[in-house]
Amino acid sequence: MKAASESLIRISKLSKTYKMGGETLKALDDVTLTVDQGDFIAIIGPSGSGKSTLMNVIGCLDAPSSGEYWLDGEEVSRLRENKLAEIRNRKIGFIFQGFNLLSRLSAIENVELPLIYRGVPAKQRREQAVEALTKVGLEERIHHRPSELSGGQQQRVAIARALAGNPPILLADEPTGALDTKTGKEVMGYMKELNALGHTIVLITHDPVISQQAKRVVRIMDGKLNEEGGGRNELLTSG
Amino acid sequence: MNFLQAVKMALKSILSNKLRSLLTMLGIIIGVTAVIALVALGQGATKSVTANLESLGTNLLTVNIVGRGSTSTLKITDAVAFADKVKGIQYIAPTSTQSTSVKYGTTTKTVSVIGTNADYAPLRDYKVASGRFLAQIDLDVYQKVAVIGATTATDLFGFADPLGEYILIQGTRYKVVGVLEAKGSSTTGSNDEVVMIPQTSAERLFKSIGVRTIYVQVATTDQIDSVVAGLETELSAHFRGNTDSYRVFNQSDALSTLSSVTSTLTLALAGIAGISLLVGGIGIMNIMLVSVTERTREIGIRKAIGAKRRDILIQFLIESMVLSGLGGLLGIGIGIGAAQGASSAFKMDIAFSLNVIIIAFVFSVAIGVLFGMFPANKAAKLKPIDALRFE
Repeated sequence: MKAASESLIRISKLSKTYKMGGETLKALDDVTLTVDQGDFIAIIGPSGSGKSTLMNVIGCLDAPSSGEYWLDGEEVSRLRENKLAEIRNRKIGFIFQGFNLLSRLSAIENVELPLIYRGVPAKQRREQAVEALTKVGLEERIHHRPSELSGGQQQRVAIARALAGNPPILLADEPTGALDTKTGKEVMGYMKELNALGHTIVLITHDPVISQQAKRVVRIMDGKLNEEGGGRNELLTSG
Repeated sequence: MNFLQAVKMALKSILSNKLRSLLTMLGIIIGVTAVIALVALGQGATKSVTANLESLGTNLLTVNIVGRGSTSTLKITDAVAFADKVKGIQYIAPTSTQSTSVKYGTTTKTVSVIGTNADYAPLRDYKVASGRFLAQIDLDVYQKVAVIGATTATDLFGFADPLGEYILIQGTRYKVVGVLEAKGSSTTGSNDEVVMIPQTSAERLFKSIGVRTIYVQVATTDQIDSVVAGLETELSAHFRGNTDSYRVFNQSDALSTLSSVTSTLTLALAGIAGISLLVGGIGIMNIMLVSVTERTREIGIRKAIGAKRRDILIQFLIESMVLSGLGGLLGIGIGIGAAQGASSAFKMDIAFSLNVIIIAFVFSVAIGVLFGMFPANKAAKLKPIDALRFE
């Protein structure tokens, strides 16, 4: 176990409760998780297991009810909305299941979007966006709109958008969920490649086959986490 | 995110839905068009009426005699005597007017026959084209001479020279001694369909003694009030304190009455325009609310990748602002076109004022901000997780 200060993500005793018609629902129950620089971790669990809630918390889209969340050396669980938006912008690259590209914007404009909100000047923004699109092999299609691209290409644009700001963490929520097996594999190939380039990836999925491709698998069930195989070293040797 | 970037984004989103955007803008377009066109026509009308009044001379006073008991007029000599008693009177012209037929040869024409004196020409700004105007001596000796207006001259004589010819006014022969230059029409009718004869002759012709109207020209503008006061004193004395028997009418009073009427009209116009802009604004708010709901997912995505509340707020505010501003610009264009079309079709005077155009534009943009605030705030307050989950 590395020292806490070097971990990219350190979640300890984190809970999230929802009140639903008088009943309290524990979506996350005392979760503790550490993700290091360069990790490729898969969080696997069936629907209703709390994995979406966990992803929302990790992605700073939702605040936990209790517990600590250290992201890149900063405690973020109690920050205000604007500050969270800034952290999402700088530290996290989202890759969604439904791509979530803006249909009115071209590929490059989509990729530029996080940089616009960061306040990067236009020229540099363009360079970074083209660079990110080149990484996913779409330099020929930068002016196409999402509707003019195939599902796989759209997801690659989404990956480029996540990469453009050079965030320390890529957070992928069922990135292959909306794709057929072949393009799904292709996208997973890109993910692995990015991991090999040093990007830290947190992958959320319900599919054990997909999760197998990660270096480390964490299972979530009824809001509780347990590391599959007892630890990453064992996992690496077994997988 | 800078302003220009936001305007670009807003334009893109407006252009991606052209028909809806146009329909949304319609309220603003109609409102601004109405303001620009109506104000242009209104100001044009005011301008021409004011110019007309001013051409009569702003130093002009009109005394109307109503009379007291059986004396409903004022004798000419009494009237002219005011000029000596009241200081500051430059010209004084007692006048009696009657519409009657005038005959030359076989041509008959109904004109205004004005019985007056020599002061009438400088006072009402008439210029003699040929011959001479009436003189005091004509009045003194009851001369049967006439000075005719430009239109009367062409109507009766065609291209022939009227000077020295005789015309018949109610059967009495009058010698034409002068022809006036054309002056154009005013609110009180044509100034050129007239025949002027000495007041003394007119009394005989019309079988009535005295005048009911006296025109007075004041030497300088700052003397108007003292002359009005002086005239009222004299008239009051003449009619033995009965202030109802006369009325001194000030031309500048008429101007200020006119301008107060126009400002009331302008206010009413502004009210109507305000209401239509308000309706337009509500239309914009409506569509922006729909748009926010439609684009909930987009807002979620933007927020997920780092848009702050303020970014979303500004995006939607600028969108509604661009929408209403564009509507304002279109309205200004259409309004100018409509006013020009109306002026050439109905021969109306128009006057565009840059102020009104700027105010209309600023107001329409302000409407956009005002009515965009609520939808934009709604969008900005959306939680990213809820917005992302929205289908």
